[in-house]
Amino acid sequence: MRTALTSLVSGVLFGAGLALGGMTDPTRVRGFLDIFGDWDPTLAFVMGGAVIVMAIAWRIVPRLAEPIFAGEFHLPTKSDLTPRLIGGAALFGIGWGIAGLCPGPGIAALVIEPAAAAIFVVAMLAGMAVVRLFDGASS
Amino acid sequence: MTLPGFPEAAPLAGLAGGVLIGLAAAVMLLGLGRIAGVSGLAAKAVGLGGSGIARSGAWMFVIGLPLGALIVMLASGGLEASFASPLTLAIAGLVVGIGTRLGSGCTSGHGVCGVSRLSGRSIVATLTFMATGIATVAIMNALGLEVL
Repeated sequence: MRTALTSLVSGVLFGAGLALGGMTDPTRVRGFLDIFGDWDPTLAFVMGGAVIVMAIAWRIVPRLAEPIFAGEFHLPTKSDLTPRLIGGAALFGIGWGIAGLCPGPGIAALVIEPAAAAIFVVAMLAGMAVVRLFDGASS
Repeated sequence: MTLPGFPEAAPLAGLAGGVLIGLAAAVMLLGLGRIAGVSGLAAKAVGLGGSGIARSGAWMFVIGLPLGALIVMLASGGLEASFASPLTLAIAGLVVGIGTRLGSGCTSGHGVCGVSRLSGRSIVATLTFMATGIATVAIMNALGLEVL
């Protein structure tokens, strides 16, 4: 219950921030990536604001014995730079640039332009399923 | 407020939106001890791996995203947004889905949570997807491919 409620609050804040910051508008996102053309720096402010708040949050973590509503921290421990990480990030950036949507704004946009956002989200889940399938086959 | 030289930019709305996103990620981190990575949480919600959070929690986060956008939409009297054609959206979605799972994250997990933690993996991932995103838009523009 505490997990569900905390997650919901986080999701609502996240979605509101994406919409307020203009990330649910693909024109603005592609405008940010268009540094050789008519550059729109707005998303630099979005990223900057989010990173500053989170940098403070990371400073608080060591002072907590455990999370406020959960038993322990579950944080990424990997530190190796693999071809999979870099290749995956490269692919993700290509998809991001093509339509101006990344996962969060794609899902949040379901209330803005339901049909268009649904196509993106379903295709994204299909892409995730493809990776899951190959991972399952190779392990 | 506008930025001199960038009439289209909305720096204050951007900053406010960014602070909200940061707070959202802080709630997830300090509240549940987890990374607010949208691709990992979305994958978890539909049973495709991803975050270690309880599946119900992943669903609540994912459902919260459009709810939050809806609140801003209602409060502001509508949001501006134009989307690519169905085929373009499908191709982009597929590539984003494959890329985020292989790359263990997207703009939120790597770009916000990882970069602010000074994670080497996340900084490299973020620089990589920014570079290929910029290159993709530049190449599409050079070829005259208008998608929006």
